[in-house]
Amino acid sequence: MTEVRSKVRFPAATKVLVIMPAWNERACIGNTVREVIGLGRNYDVLVVDDGSEDGTPELAEAAGAHVLRLPFNLGVGGAMRAGFKYAHRMGYDAVVQVDADGQHDPKDIPAVIAGLEHSDISIGARFADKGQYTVSGPRKWAMRLLAAVISRIARTELTDVTSGFRAGNVRAIKQYLKHYPAEYLGDTIDSLVVAIRSGCVVSQTGVEMRPRQGGQPSHNPAKSAIYLVRSMLALLFAMTRGKARTTHESDI
Amino acid sequence: MESIAALIFSLLVLGSVVFLLRGKGLREKYAFLWLFVGIACLVLTAIPGMLRSVTSLIGVQVPSNLLFAMGIIFLTGVALHLSWEVSVLEEEARTLSEEAAIGRVRLEELERKVEALSSAVGEAGRTAPSPTAPSPTAPAARTATADWQPQRPAD
Repeated sequence: MTEVRSKVRFPAATKVLVIMPAWNERACIGNTVREVIGLGRNYDVLVVDDGSEDGTPELAEAAGAHVLRLPFNLGVGGAMRAGFKYAHRMGYDAVVQVDADGQHDPKDIPAVIAGLEHSDISIGARFADKGQYTVSGPRKWAMRLLAAVISRIARTELTDVTSGFRAGNVRAIKQYLKHYPAEYLGDTIDSLVVAIRSGCVVSQTGVEMRPRQGGQPSHNPAKSAIYLVRSMLALLFAMTRGKARTTHESDI
Repeated sequence: MESIAALIFSLLVLGSVVFLLRGKGLREKYAFLWLFVGIACLVLTAIPGMLRSVTSLIGVQVPSNLLFAMGIIFLTGVALHLSWEVSVLEEEARTLSEEAAIGRVRLEELERKVEALSSAVGEAGRTAPSPTAPSPTAPAARTATADWQPQRPAD
C-alpha cells in the first residue's frame, strides 16, 4: 500500500458505484435499480448479471443501469469481483454492494457510504439497533459466533458480518481485487477476514431489512444446520490465510 | 502366460502415452507421470524376479500387496493434482469471463458514443451547409454514418 492514510479519506464529491449482483431477478431488478437512481444522489448503478436466463440484464438496462454480463454463473463472489474490477478500471472512489432482490432499502445507501468517513469497509448491519430482522436456531448461533470472532479480529463491534450490504473505498476495492473468492460465503466472511488482516478498517451502520420483493426465503432447519457447518469451515479457512499477497497493479 | 499379458499391457500404456504426446496434445507435465508408470510396469514384467526381490527388500509379505499399495498412493496423488489443476482452470475461466464482461460493456458504451457523435456530425452537415462552397467532408461523413452499423456480439 503506497497511499497515505489520513483522517479525511472520504470527501463529499466522490464517484460512487452501486453494484448489484443479479441472477434471474426478473421480478425485482427493475424496481431496485429505479429506486437507487430515484435517490437523486448521482450514484451510478452497475448490475452484474450472473448468467441470468430470464431477461434480467435487459430489464436492468431499461431501468437505467450499466450491465456487466458474465458469460456463465459465477456466484455472488464472482459477480462482485467482476464489479470491483469494473469500479477499479473506471476510477470510482467508492462502491456499495446492494442486493438485487430489494431486501436492502436503497434509502440506507447514503448512511452505509457515510461509514466510509472513518473506515475502509462499512457494513450495513441488520441487528444493530435498527429494524426487526430475526433469525433463529443454528443459523442464529452461526451468525453470533461469526460476529464474535470477526469482531475480535477487527477490534470493533460487528453484529452482522454476513450482511451483503456493504460499502468500500478505493483501498477496499484494491484489497478485494487481490482476494475475493467465488466460494460459498467467500464474498462475506473470507473476503472480510483477509481484508481486516491486510489492514482495512471496518465499521458498521444499522440498517433495516425489507421483506424480499420476490423469491422465497429459506427457513429450513436442516439448511440452517448446513449453513452453520459451512460458515464455520469458511471462517476456519479464512483464519488460516495470512495477508493477501501483493499483486502487481497490471495483474488487476 | 500372465507375464506376457502384463508385458503387452505395459507396452500399451507406453504406446498410448507416446501417441497422445505426439499428436493429440497431451501436455508434457502429465505425460511424464504416465511414462514413468509405463516404464515401471515394463521393467517389472521384463525382469520376473524383480517384484519379489523388491517386496522382500522392503519387508512386505505378498508382492501383489506392494503393487496395490503403490497403485493407490499413485492414483490418490494424481486425483489431488487434477483437482488442483481444475481449481486453477476455474480461476482462469473466472478472470477471463470478468475481462470479457468488462470488455463488452465498454465496447457497447463506445458504440453508443460513436453513434451519437456520427449522427451529430451528420446532423451538422445537413442543417448548416456552407453557403459559398459546400464542404467536401460533410457528405462523406453522412455516408459513413449511413453505412456504419454497430456490430452486436452474438449471444
